[in-house]
Amino acid sequence: MTFLGMPLAHAPRGVGHLRGDEPFPRAARTALANPQLRRNVQHATTTIRGKSGRVIAELPDWQDLRAAGSALKAYTMANLPRLLEQLEAKVTEAGGVVHWAADAAEANRIVTGLVRATGEQRVLKIKSMATQEIGLNEALADAGITPVETDLAELIVQLGDDKPSHILVPAIHRNRSEIREIFLRAMPGVDPALTDDPPVLAAAARRYLRETFLTTKVAVSGANFGIAETGTLTVVESEGNGRMCLTLPDTLITVMGIEKVVPTWQDLEVFLQLLPRASTGERMNPYTSMWQGVTPGDGPQSFHLVLLDNGRSAVLADEVGRSALHCIRCSACLNVCPVYERTGGHAYGSVYPGPIGAVLSPQLTGVEDNASLPYASSLCGACFDACPVKIDIPSILVHLRNQVPHPAAEKAVMAAAAYTMDRPRLYARAQRAAKFTKLVGKRGRGLPPPLNGWSAARDLPTPPPESFRDWWRSR
Amino acid sequence: MSSKDLILGRVRAALADDPAVPEVPRSYRREFPPADLDVLIDRLVDYKAVVHRGSDVAAIVGDIIGAGTLVVPPGLPKSWLPPESPARVDAAPGIGLGPETGPHSWLDQAAIVAADGVVTGAAVAIAETGTIVLDGSPDQGRRILTLLPDLHICVLRPDQVVASVPEAIARLDPARPLTWISGPSATSDIELNRVEGVHGPRNLHVIIWEAA
Repeated sequence: MTFLGMPLAHAPRGVGHLRGDEPFPRAARTALANPQLRRNVQHATTTIRGKSGRVIAELPDWQDLRAAGSALKAYTMANLPRLLEQLEAKVTEAGGVVHWAADAAEANRIVTGLVRATGEQRVLKIKSMATQEIGLNEALADAGITPVETDLAELIVQLGDDKPSHILVPAIHRNRSEIREIFLRAMPGVDPALTDDPPVLAAAARRYLRETFLTTKVAVSGANFGIAETGTLTVVESEGNGRMCLTLPDTLITVMGIEKVVPTWQDLEVFLQLLPRASTGERMNPYTSMWQGVTPGDGPQSFHLVLLDNGRSAVLADEVGRSALHCIRCSACLNVCPVYERTGGHAYGSVYPGPIGAVLSPQLTGVEDNASLPYASSLCGACFDACPVKIDIPSILVHLRNQVPHPAAEKAVMAAAAYTMDRPRLYARAQRAAKFTKLVGKRGRGLPPPLNGWSAARDLPTPPPESFRDWWRSR
Repeated sequence: MSSKDLILGRVRAALADDPAVPEVPRSYRREFPPADLDVLIDRLVDYKAVVHRGSDVAAIVGDIIGAGTLVVPPGLPKSWLPPESPARVDAAPGIGLGPETGPHSWLDQAAIVAADGVVTGAAVAIAETGTIVLDGSPDQGRRILTLLPDLHICVLRPDQVVASVPEAIARLDPARPLTWISGPSATSDIELNRVEGVHGPRNLHVIIWEAA
């Protein structure tokens, strides 16, 4: 950790969605008891793994692209102040207005103020992790402004009064028949004869949102990439709801995490090959929009870019953990994770679930506020292999586990064990004493309090009748 | 202290260990053979676009649109439009398709919504990904034009097709509003499978214009 001069500024408590109501193990137990959720998540992640694997195999230079993406991100982080100022200058030159938000509360204040200044009561939303993270919808609603989520999965979540459970597909925990039921229950004007055929469900969303797209004057988006060299912002999407929001309104407000800056226009050639194949398993997603400030006569004539810190600078201060900021939000690590596949996304408590969430959320909030997340992993390493920018998630997890406050009893036992194991004669005596066997009790019962927490998720090996050392000596 | 100074100060402090700045390895493919039109067509069709090849663009457009109404950008070659299908032109006031069609003005939103289809050119197309890119040039028009009608007919010249993403990036101007289109509007939000037809045009026809 680096503590030079300035205290770490984590994402503040009381605003946004980076902290769960309960620790991961308890939340996971609820999720594991829901077989429908497990079936839905398993079906979806299996589908996407197959699709993604097939289109990645089409590229002979996938590993070279990963290496370039990883290095580009490290370069970006090392040069972040310069690149952010360059982005600001270029966006301003092109007719945009740049705002800086130190945390979620300030970002919400800025966006709410900008919407108020237009006099509008309703805003279009494009799915955006940054605005989810800061709880923008709640802040807008408190100000009497109605946010309308336009991404199909976000719409399903909003109409179902639910929470997002996946970075890319927030309604991944819902299957087609559940989506049909939500639409029938909560979508005004929906055809009562609606079936659960996916194209029919998509068409229902198209009809429902069409008029809203055509009449709403303000939109709020996130950004996948912001090019420092040119000031070009990029949004990658599928449905065309993004194009609607980026084209039709008079005012566009984009909220972008400071880590999303990309040095040069040419660098997009790397990320636009990595992202779609790793994320939706497509050679290219249906729509990508790029714009520089304001284009006279075409699209919104008022453009605001809000650059968000909200704990990112604190993540950057950790020499091991900072590479979590390299994430391009593809969600490949969720789709390959055996833990995520069983628990789904809600158990993680934060808008960033899965392996990347387990390293990002605790660092954004300070590890004490998400202390269980670094343990929400078997450290199998599948996430590292799947990551298109090669974030070594398992190493960061281990690093964060070392920062989590441990109970005094556990610390004492570990210290005693380390002391014993460092001294061969002591260790041999401990083994022979076999007192450990009595202490542990029957296999599966675990340790007595206060150590039962430690053994609840770990099987203790049954001590053998004869230790290796004893056997060796007797030969 | 402004929030900008605060954030940049925090970032500088976070980088006080002066992390190593890696050389970016550009060992991925950057040199490509000429684009293979068959690959482009294969990828377009795979993502449910309809592909046509031929020299008589107007006849192909006529077959697709039938009796439907078209909107077009101001710089679209008039020879691409069937004479019997009067297209409405979206153009800055005073600009038209040519002296004989007279001056035009911006179409209002309702007129674009009411159209059955839009015909445009393109800036570049990428064979490997089945992508066409629009950059707002006069033969492609404002972004709204290709967004609201349910049918988009895009005319490509073979020399606009590149093999790969890096070649497309090199040809494009980041100062223009760019729209990358890979198939008709689709979603992966229901059980993570691709389903066509949400908010953008549900029908994408690509005409590869080959000299007679």
